[in-house]
Amino acid sequence: MTEVSAAKEDAVATGELVVLRSVNKHFGALHVLQDIDLTIARGEVVVVIGPSGSGKSTLCRTINRLETIDTGSIAIDGKPLPQEGKELARLRADVGMVFQSFNLFAHKTVLENVMLGQIKVRKADKKKAEEKARALLDRVGVTTQADKYPAQLSGGQQQRVAIARALAMDPKVMLFDEPTSALDPEMINEVLEVMQQLARDGMTMIVVTHEMGFARSAANRVVFMADGRIVEEAAPDQFFSNPRSDRAKDFLSKILHH
Amino acid sequence: MFDFLEGYDVLGAFWMTVKLTALSAVGSLIWGTLLAAMRVSPVPLMRGFGTTYVNIVRNIPLTVIIVFTSLGLADIFGVTMGAADNFDVQGFRLAVLGFIAYTAAFVCEAIRSGINTVPLGQAEAARAIGLNFAQTLRLIVLPQAFRSVIGPLANVLIALTKNTTVAAAIGVAEAATLMKTMIENEAQTLAIGAVFAFGFLVLTLPTGLLLGWLAKRLAVKR
Repeated sequence: MTEVSAAKEDAVATGELVVLRSVNKHFGALHVLQDIDLTIARGEVVVVIGPSGSGKSTLCRTINRLETIDTGSIAIDGKPLPQEGKELARLRADVGMVFQSFNLFAHKTVLENVMLGQIKVRKADKKKAEEKARALLDRVGVTTQADKYPAQLSGGQQQRVAIARALAMDPKVMLFDEPTSALDPEMINEVLEVMQQLARDGMTMIVVTHEMGFARSAANRVVFMADGRIVEEAAPDQFFSNPRSDRAKDFLSKILHH
Repeated sequence: MFDFLEGYDVLGAFWMTVKLTALSAVGSLIWGTLLAAMRVSPVPLMRGFGTTYVNIVRNIPLTVIIVFTSLGLADIFGVTMGAADNFDVQGFRLAVLGFIAYTAAFVCEAIRSGINTVPLGQAEAARAIGLNFAQTLRLIVLPQAFRSVIGPLANVLIALTKNTTVAAAIGVAEAATLMKTMIENEAQTLAIGAVFAFGFLVLTLPTGLLLGWLAKRLAVKR
């Protein structure tokens, strides 16, 4: 553990991992991302919150170019996002992504899901890939489900497998696009615990979520978005106890007093 | 009762039907899959080619295509399929070529409808772990698409089996060619028709049942 945190501090010292500069995007007439500037440091956990339709999921998806942007620039580890093609595929392998609807490969077993990218993208040999896959499944607590198909698992288990699948690529940064929004309430915690562990291990994470508890406990920084803009950025304590913008005050008053 | 069958190689004729069907099925599955891949590819030129091909070929009567392979490809353009002096082999190969060209259009459309049943998230997840377009299609999308269209593909295969009778138009010695000869030579027209109808049922019914069973077994659970 000490080694990990030491490594984390080293990494943080080397600075910026994900940099967005005046990013703009339209969906038809809707200006869904407006002049977004955001820098995420190595080892940092950034939670993006905001009302639905504020552009937070789109923001998350632009970072591995599942959504293209109209203007501005996005760079990961100093390299600007390339055009569609080999370079982009290579970059995506370094950016782990966890989706709201899990998106495990439905025709492959849990184990195969976690092995596929290692073998086809990282060109690992089968035995090593299986070893690593089993270790990761153990880490997210679904070892016993390895030979089942995704449809046989609960939502929480599927999402933990999806996290293992992303981790199998040894990503530099992990994107979480509302990872718990499609889960039954009693399964949310098992996924959040895995994410919290990841954050403690020093993974750089960008998390779009409605889980304020997670934001408080695991985030280094909270980014509040509304209507396609970043309205406020602050440390979680400061943001939740003393939001500066009216928009954030309004949002928090609606979600926190129930 | 069945003495009108004497002197005719009915089994041999049906064996020719089976060979035509099997080779054409394999060929059209491959060509049809490639066409479907073109139709969903990000390259506009490929999409255009796939769409044009399917819309032209599936709207031309099969008889025209088969007759063209013989009178057009072979006689005018000299495409003899490596059998210039063996008319039987040449006719067989030309017929297979025609059936592949025609059936592939239907295979393509069946597979494309299968691709549409695969949720977008599957392809997104594949791209997100760094698979390229070809890998995403080959490893994630097509395997799921195939499983959801085994039923429609069975229909195409059954249609193909029966369509092979069109090869009679260019003199391939398959079942329909023999039936025509027998009807000309024998008196029992109705019985001959029944024998050949039964022969086709024997070929197509098990195909449908087997593929129906496979479709259920291989269905992707979501």
